[in-house]
Amino acid sequence: MTDTPYPLPPYAQALDMTIVDEIDGVPVIGMPFADRVQGRPGYLHGGAISGLLEIAAITAVHRALQAKGSDSAIKQVNVTVDFMRGGLNQMTYAVGEVTRLGRTMANVEARAWQDDRDKPIAMGYMHYLIKAKREDAA
Amino acid sequence: MAFGKPDLGSIVPKGTEFDPALVNKMMGKFGHGGFLDMEYVGHGADWVELAIDWREDLVADPDTGILASAVIISLMDNATSMSIWTKLGEFRPQVTMDLRIDYLRPSPSGERVYGRGICYHLTNSIGFVRGFAHNGNADEPLAHASGTFIRIGDRIS
Repeated sequence: MTDTPYPLPPYAQALDMTIVDEIDGVPVIGMPFADRVQGRPGYLHGGAISGLLEIAAITAVHRALQAKGSDSAIKQVNVTVDFMRGGLNQMTYAVGEVTRLGRTMANVEARAWQDDRDKPIAMGYMHYLIKAKREDAA
Repeated sequence: MAFGKPDLGSIVPKGTEFDPALVNKMMGKFGHGGFLDMEYVGHGADWVELAIDWREDLVADPDTGILASAVIISLMDNATSMSIWTKLGEFRPQVTMDLRIDYLRPSPSGERVYGRGICYHLTNSIGFVRGFAHNGNADEPLAHASGTFIRIGDRIS
């Protein structure tokens, strides 16, 4: 693992997401409230919350792969998002947890919260396919 | 009111026939829908189709140009949400309870992505939805969606 954080993708940068902290070695992604992430007035759009969960999940999988010395690429198979609370006009945080990392797939849970990590505003459950590097596959 | 976005409830008063094309001028042009620049494509009795153009800043993987998964979620969220009001024939305040997306294939770099949301069942409090995303040929979907919306009191929104 390097000290350089995994660079956040263009989509994450467009929504102003940054790595704000670490929990147990896994980056916490922060996303400030702004018009571009707003759904109904005063609340986050579910898709923007899902985006934060996605970035947290991807970051967690990359960290887990790095820790194993793997440079495999990943491909998302599916995601289920539960929306539990309205996202208010404030900073939102998310962290991903790789619940299982196998040779062919990874199960990931991502949690998004605002004031209290124990009161998530949304949870995401994702499956990723672990793909051999393109050069190896060729 | 934050950012001066008009309230959907006041734009579409109770008892007014729901017009997804009109409502998308708000949902697709302000806030997150505006950031994604969602466009109204068409609708039927129980479905609404919207579209988003590929853009470099919506990409999750710069090597492949594949759109972020959440762009599809946002598209399906808006399309399915509007399919409920379309089937109902009027607006009622609701929030997404859950949404599942299966990605059959990636949306290729540069390709416009369409999302069709279908409301297949409505109760007094829940809207059951499904839908799919494609790149212009509905017979070649790139993702399938299913989810539920829950009605909320007029007090919240």
